[in-house]
Amino acid sequence: MNQVLFFILAIISIGAAIMVVSTRNPVSSAMFLVLVMCSLAGLFVLLGAIFLAALQIIVYAGAIMVLFLFVIMLLNLRRDEYGRDPHVVQKYLGLALGAVILCQSVVILGWAMKDYSATALSIQNGDLSGASPDTVDYNSAHRVAHTLFTKYSYPFEVTSILLLAAIIGAVVLARKKSPPGQEDGED
Amino acid sequence: MVPLGYYVVLSAILFSIGIWGVLKSRNAIVVFMSIELMLNAVNLSLIAFSSNMRQILSRFLQGVSPSEAMDMIGSAMASGQVLVFLVMTVAAAEAAVGLAIIISIHRSKDSVNVDDVNIMKW
Repeated sequence: MNQVLFFILAIISIGAAIMVVSTRNPVSSAMFLVLVMCSLAGLFVLLGAIFLAALQIIVYAGAIMVLFLFVIMLLNLRRDEYGRDPHVVQKYLGLALGAVILCQSVVILGWAMKDYSATALSIQNGDLSGASPDTVDYNSAHRVAHTLFTKYSYPFEVTSILLLAAIIGAVVLARKKSPPGQEDGED
Repeated sequence: MVPLGYYVVLSAILFSIGIWGVLKSRNAIVVFMSIELMLNAVNLSLIAFSSNMRQILSRFLQGVSPSEAMDMIGSAMASGQVLVFLVMTVAAAEAAVGLAIIISIHRSKDSVNVDDVNIMKW
């Protein structure tokens, strides 16, 4: 059952990811990216990370993609503007480089996984797997929140400063520049 | 139970598609969406590793008492999810600033094609 769900979600996410890259219209590209996010949220549920699946839907599919769509609509991008593509060589070079990186990572990971699965099988009969209480839900939001606010409270605070800097940066960058003659002390 | 390797390979495939998109696209917004795709692929592999922490850590926890070992495993699993949480936050900040830069460029150049933005090219 889990395997079937995994393969369905994996095929949806890979197909939608290819469509994100290959479609010409930025709006449909954003919509396919939403589909990728939602199928990845399904995979997170399959892995037991319920809290992060909810966060994925709310933050990524909800907030970030709305921001993307908002900018696309705001800039009123015409589709034919991107119909011209003088870089035919770069297009296929990009595909080739992506394929090279994929092959590299799969080979390296396969090499590492062989080692990993050998050790994982050897400890399968160890004392630890017998003693593990499966009733304890280590993936629950309670556990994640406890870790976030005790062990990682300092990175959490640094993140809030990062978000503040991003807010100020976005406002300053996207602000309409006043004409050079009217530079008064508005700041 | 789906093996860990399947998730890692799926994550590698999604990451490579993101790289392809960054290299191929001329539209700056699509380049940003490809970067989001790559961040999501990394998140997937982080969560896959954190969910399989029991198998990964068990060889280091042979002499430890079971309750202590389960505590360490749970702490490691939650740490992986906290890392994903931080990646999501950084991705949101990056998207906000990047889209503001795109709006600013569009205002001055009237285009979001990355080939038209070469003012910093030497």
